[in-house]
Amino acid sequence: MHDSDSIGIVTPQRIHFDTPLSLESGAVLDSYEQVYETYGELNAARSNAVLVCHALSGNHHVAGVYADNPKNIGWWNNMIGPDKPIDTRKFFVVGVNNIGGCHGSTGPASINKKMGKHYGADFPVVTTIDWAKTYVRLADKLGIDQFAAVVGGSLGGMSAMQLALDAPERVRHAVVIAAAAKLTAQNIAFNDVARQAIITDPDFHGGDFYSHGTIPRRGLRLARMLGHITYLSNDSMAEKFGRELRTDSLSFNFDVEFQIESYLRYQGDKFADQFDANTYLLMTKALDYFDPARDYDDDLSAAFHCAKANFLVLSFSSDWRFSPERSRSIVKALLDNKLNVSYAEIPSRHGHDSFLMKDEHYHQLVRAYMNKIST
Amino acid sequence: MTKLSSSLTLLRPDFAIIASWIKPGSKVLDLGCGDGTLLQYLQDTLGVHGYGVEIDDANILACLNNGINVIQSDLESGLSGFESDSFDYVILSQTLQAMRRTEDIIQEMLRVGREGIISFPNFGHWKNRLQVLLGHMPVSQTLPYEWFDTPNIHLCTLNDFEKFCHQRGVHVLERRVMNGTRQITFSSNFFGMLAFYRFTRRK
Repeated sequence: MHDSDSIGIVTPQRIHFDTPLSLESGAVLDSYEQVYETYGELNAARSNAVLVCHALSGNHHVAGVYADNPKNIGWWNNMIGPDKPIDTRKFFVVGVNNIGGCHGSTGPASINKKMGKHYGADFPVVTTIDWAKTYVRLADKLGIDQFAAVVGGSLGGMSAMQLALDAPERVRHAVVIAAAAKLTAQNIAFNDVARQAIITDPDFHGGDFYSHGTIPRRGLRLARMLGHITYLSNDSMAEKFGRELRTDSLSFNFDVEFQIESYLRYQGDKFADQFDANTYLLMTKALDYFDPARDYDDDLSAAFHCAKANFLVLSFSSDWRFSPERSRSIVKALLDNKLNVSYAEIPSRHGHDSFLMKDEHYHQLVRAYMNKIST
Repeated sequence: MTKLSSSLTLLRPDFAIIASWIKPGSKVLDLGCGDGTLLQYLQDTLGVHGYGVEIDDANILACLNNGINVIQSDLESGLSGFESDSFDYVILSQTLQAMRRTEDIIQEMLRVGREGIISFPNFGHWKNRLQVLLGHMPVSQTLPYEWFDTPNIHLCTLNDFEKFCHQRGVHVLERRVMNGTRQITFSSNFFGMLAFYRFTRRK
C-alpha cells in the first residue's frame, strides 16, 4: 500500500435475511444474503454511522485492502479512511453490495436454492426502492436507528436519495454526488444499447449462460466500452489520448490503431472478466427506473415533501452523463421544501468519473460538510 | 455566542443594521453571501432559516466550514432555482455595484422575497466627488479599487438609487446611511459612505 492513510486490511461480512423481501416489481425474494464492510467504530450512541451506496459497477469494498489480495483496494479509498474527507476515526462507515450485484450479495449469479441452480434470468428486476428497503434491514441488524449520513455518487447518489425519501427518519444527512433525479432519454438510450449488446450476444443464452458454461464476454465488453465513453469527457479523452497511434504509421485495417481504441478495449476486457452480465442489465435498469417524481405527476418538489434529511449536492462541470443542470433540479426540489441544502458545481475535466477521483476542492468540500455533521 | 455576536457587530456594523431589519425565525436568502459570515450571524442571533448564493469556489468551501446552506450559482443568470415568494427577506449586501444586470436582480429579489435588503457604497460621498473633481477616479475605504482592477461597474449615489426605485415600482420601506460606525442623517448623499435600503413591491 502506498497510501499511508488507508484504513488497511478490511474484511467483508455477510448477513442472511430470511424474511421475504417484496420488490417494487411485485416479485418476492424469499431470502437473500447481503455482503457489507464496516470501517471505524460505531459510537455508544450509535449515531455516527455513514452508509456508502455504490454506483453501477461498484460494491461493498469501499476502502482498504484485503489481507489475501493487497492489490484489491476499495473503490473510494481516496475518500474514506483515517483523516480522509469521510474520516473513519470519527465515523462508522458501512459499505454495502446491493442485491442483484455480483460481489457476494444475492444476485443473478447466486444459486437459487429452491431450484438448485443459478438464478440467471429468474432473478427479479430490482430497483433503488428495493435497495432502500435492504439498507433499512441492514441498519436494523447493525443497531443503527439513523445514519449520520448516506453518501453516494451516480447511481449511489440516487440510492442515497431514495433512502432519504423512503425512510426519512433513518437519514440525517444525504450526500448526493454526480446524480440526477431521473434519467434523460439520452441516458436511457445509452443504457439500452449496453443491454442490447449483452442480450444479443449468442453466449448470453437468455441470461442462463451459467448452465451453458459460457460468458457473454463480447456483449459485456461492448457495454462497458460504451459506458466508459460516457463517463469521460471529450476534453479528458483528448488530453489523455488525442489521436495518438500505437504505431508510427496508419495501417489501413481494422485492428487496434488509435490509443483510445486500445484503452477502451482493455477496459472492456478487464470488466468482462470480473463482472456479471445479468448484474449489468439489472443495474442499468435500476438507473432507468429511478424517478421519485413518477408518483407525483412529475413534480419532484412534491416527491421530496416527505424528506427530512439535510443535503449536500455536488456536481462536476464536465459531467455530461449527469450534468450539473440535473443536480440543480434536485436542489430546486429541496429548496422548495425548505430543507437544508448546499450545492456546489465542482470545476473538473474528467466527466462523470470525476466523482471517483482525488480532487482537492472536491475533497475539501466533502470534508468540510462531514466535519459539521454532529455525531 | 453573544460574545461572538457583539464582537462581530463591532467589526461589521453593516451586519447589525441588516439584522435590525430582520424578524427572528424568518426565511432569508443572502445573495453573494461570500464566506457566509452574515448568514451565520443571522442564524446565530435571530434563528433565521437561510441560504446563501455564491459563485466563488473558495467561498463555497468557507460557507460549508461555517455550517451554512450555500448554493453555488451565478446571480447574473437570475434566481430561477428559487420559487416566487419563498423568502421573507432577500439580501444583497455590497454586491449590487458589481452586477451586470442590476435591474434584473432587483426584480428577481422582489419576485422571490417579500422584502429586499440592499447595501452599496455611495458614490456621492464628498470624498468621491472631490477625487473626481481633482481629475481621478475615487479610491476609498468603501471603493478600495483602482479604475483598472475594480469589479464595480454600476456605481450609483443615493439619489440615483432612489430615482431608480421610484421608476421601477420599488417601494423603499427604510433607509440607513452610515459613515463607518456613525449614522448619517443630514445631507446623506454627501456625507454617507454606505447605504442600506429595505424595500418591497409597490402595492
